Amino acid sequence: MRDLSEHIMDIIQNSVRANATLIELEILEDEKADVYKLLFKDNGCGMSEEVLAKVADPFFTSRTTRKVGLGISLLKQNAEQTGGSLNIWSKEGEGTQLEVLFSHSNIDRPVLGNIAETMMLLVGANPEMDFLYKHTTSKGEYVFDTKEVKEVLEGVSLNDPNILVYLKEMINENINTII
Amino acid sequence: MAKVKSLADLKKMKENLQSKMDLREKSDAPDSMVQVKVGMATCGIASGAKEVMNFFIEESAKRGISAVVTQTGCMGYCFAEPTIEVIMPGKDPIVFGDVDVKKADEIIEKYVKNGELVDGIIPVNYNTID
Repeated sequence: MRDLSEHIMDIIQNSVRANATLIELEILEDEKADVYKLLFKDNGCGMSEEVLAKVADPFFTSRTTRKVGLGISLLKQNAEQTGGSLNIWSKEGEGTQLEVLFSHSNIDRPVLGNIAETMMLLVGANPEMDFLYKHTTSKGEYVFDTKEVKEVLEGVSLNDPNILVYLKEMINENINTII
Repeated sequence: MAKVKSLADLKKMKENLQSKMDLREKSDAPDSMVQVKVGMATCGIASGAKEVMNFFIEESAKRGISAVVTQTGCMGYCFAEPTIEVIMPGKDPIVFGDVDVKKADEIIEKYVKNGELVDGIIPVNYNTID
């Protein structure tokens, strides 16, 4: 993975596969405390304790198409390289929460990358799901909520390519004012 | 064109679009449109599937192709990522491997527009060795 936005895309695919209806992503940048935090929350099917124990094992996957599952392992490795950590909480039937901590100033922390593209692609591929993305930095806060977007669109489909191009532009413009 | 900065701008853009064309609820009639599914698992993302999917969305908007671009999981072709599946209305799905932006452009121009096959098709009868 070249940047955090690709990791985020990858991790959120897990929530999509868990049939979540609401997926929340929070990014918190705190330069004073030297913390760069990603927090994922979904209301999907969750995991049993046995699965949860194996989740960071690169040779464990619930898929049958291949025998490795690297998504979480790669993110964990990146977080730990900066002195950070990755923690998961999950309850079967309730959902999963994942917290990733990076050192903000560490040179090994991947850059954020094109987060607007990530959100736009996720929204376009899963128009029936709701996404809530909150980004907080010392300069301010931006919240992207697909529930609000759906209200504005008044029934026009979220997966129309024209609409998606506008959505990406909107997220980009707002994120660029705070990072 | 002014940039979209807020939900109010988005609403304006949507109304502009609606006056120009008829925006359908796409999920109602996916069979009548081109469906593009991009393999977006760890293997796909690491090989640049995000860029390819973004290209398909932007180009369908620009070139006026009525398409639904969506994501799918790993199809087991990790060696040939980014992998995409294209379903033309009324035709069998075709899977293309090693799709970069250049290849994606070729697929749109040749296969989607004219129905010509291009290199890089992964045959459906391919079996993995267990």
